[in-house]
Amino acid sequence: MRKDGIFIAVEVDDQVAADTELARKLTEACPVDIFAQSADGSLEIVEKNLDECVLCRLCLDAAAAAGADGAVKIVKLYDGDAVLA
Amino acid sequence: MRFFEYEAREVVKRAGIPVTDYGFTTDAAEARTIAERIGGPTVIKSQVLTGGRMKAGGVKFADTPEEAEAHARDILALEINGHMPRGVLVDPKAEVEQEYYAGVVWDGTAKRPLMLFSDMGGIDIEQVAEEHPDHVGRGHFSTIEPFSDFQAKQVIAAAGVTGRALQRATPVLARLAQLFLDNDMTLAEINPLAELKDGSFVALDAHMEMENEGMPRQKNLIEALGIGAEEGTREDHTPTAFEEAVKAIDAADHRGVIQGKDTGFNGNIGLVIGAGGGSLTLTDAVRQQGGKPANYSEIGGNPSVAKACGLAKQVLQKDGVEKIAVMMSIVSNTRVDIVARGVIKACLELGRDPGETIAIFRIPGAWEEEGFKILDKYGIEYCDRSVSLWEAAGRAVAKIEGAS
Repeated sequence: MRKDGIFIAVEVDDQVAADTELARKLTEACPVDIFAQSADGSLEIVEKNLDECVLCRLCLDAAAAAGADGAVKIVKLYDGDAVLA
Repeated sequence: MRFFEYEAREVVKRAGIPVTDYGFTTDAAEARTIAERIGGPTVIKSQVLTGGRMKAGGVKFADTPEEAEAHARDILALEINGHMPRGVLVDPKAEVEQEYYAGVVWDGTAKRPLMLFSDMGGIDIEQVAEEHPDHVGRGHFSTIEPFSDFQAKQVIAAAGVTGRALQRATPVLARLAQLFLDNDMTLAEINPLAELKDGSFVALDAHMEMENEGMPRQKNLIEALGIGAEEGTREDHTPTAFEEAVKAIDAADHRGVIQGKDTGFNGNIGLVIGAGGGSLTLTDAVRQQGGKPANYSEIGGNPSVAKACGLAKQVLQKDGVEKIAVMMSIVSNTRVDIVARGVIKACLELGRDPGETIAIFRIPGAWEEEGFKILDKYGIEYCDRSVSLWEAAGRAVAKIEGAS
């Protein structure tokens, strides 16, 4: 899944998004509430918070720690769609 | 925080400065009782937090208790500059030999309290200072080092006061200075300070203002004066729609801080400014270079994109605003890229071209490289710390004047 704000887009591998445990970790990790869990526990991207992304990489670290390195991408739309590494 | 005269007089009295045997009441019949106790001619004074009482009929003289009651009834019903009185102060009409002025005010430029004394009391000290500067003595004192009565004496002597009056007025001004320090005042004024026929000094009127931030520390005094927490700072200012809106945006999001004021501003350049005194400096810089600010604002403490956006939208929606200038001193705890996102988002949400709407973006500091990438994308003129606040303000003014 992918959602775009004005400045930031977030892309999450669909399989990872269905993982309720990883969804919980991403939801906990993000300081600006870009991630949330839907009723069935799967991952949701909160569109209105996308542009609040502070590029902290905590979501990338959380995914990597759960063995899903690279499953979450933060795209800087103002920088030629550069992906936060 | 402002105080009514009857409260200010109590503060003066507590500091050991002689006051008249006055009484405060909210009831006309009680005013008569107070006048009977005083037992002579009285002055009935409206207790309002505004000036111009005398001219508005809020101060009247009474020869008898009956007259005092009648005057109190009239004054209690009299609105002055939109203010209804809290009550009336019934004061003995003093036999005054001479009126003086004694005051202590916080000097924001010198960052120290300033004592003022004049032998021309009963009128505005500003008028005396302008028309008779040789009749005003001045002197700063420290908020750290112990205060000496001698400092007060020097100020009084500088106003040309000598002899017995100098000796008797010195403890009054010294106690007023101590009161100022002890009670976190920004203004402590006795005007007039009367010298009576017997040579004694007595405060006939007092005006006090306390530093708002000092209020928690002065809780005991405020409680002793019977002032409830619901009264707040009693500031005489009704917030504008812009000010209310900015306050609501700030309150809704804990991240960072924004403030906006537009009372007295009606220009065409919207200001989204801040950082460590930067707002004041930048507002002055815009004005001194011929710009007309539409508002004053403060932004800092690492606000969210939503908060920066909210402030910028409010500024942009003000009548007459052509462009906004986004300027701060060098920031360390506020991110340049986040503010850039916020102000650009505001433009976009209002259907305006950020490159045309933002006259200048001058916020150097944390995350500036990222911020500059964002500004580049939207064609916004920006500058780094090599451009002074003054120059950035000048560029914004020139751009707006050129567009008008």
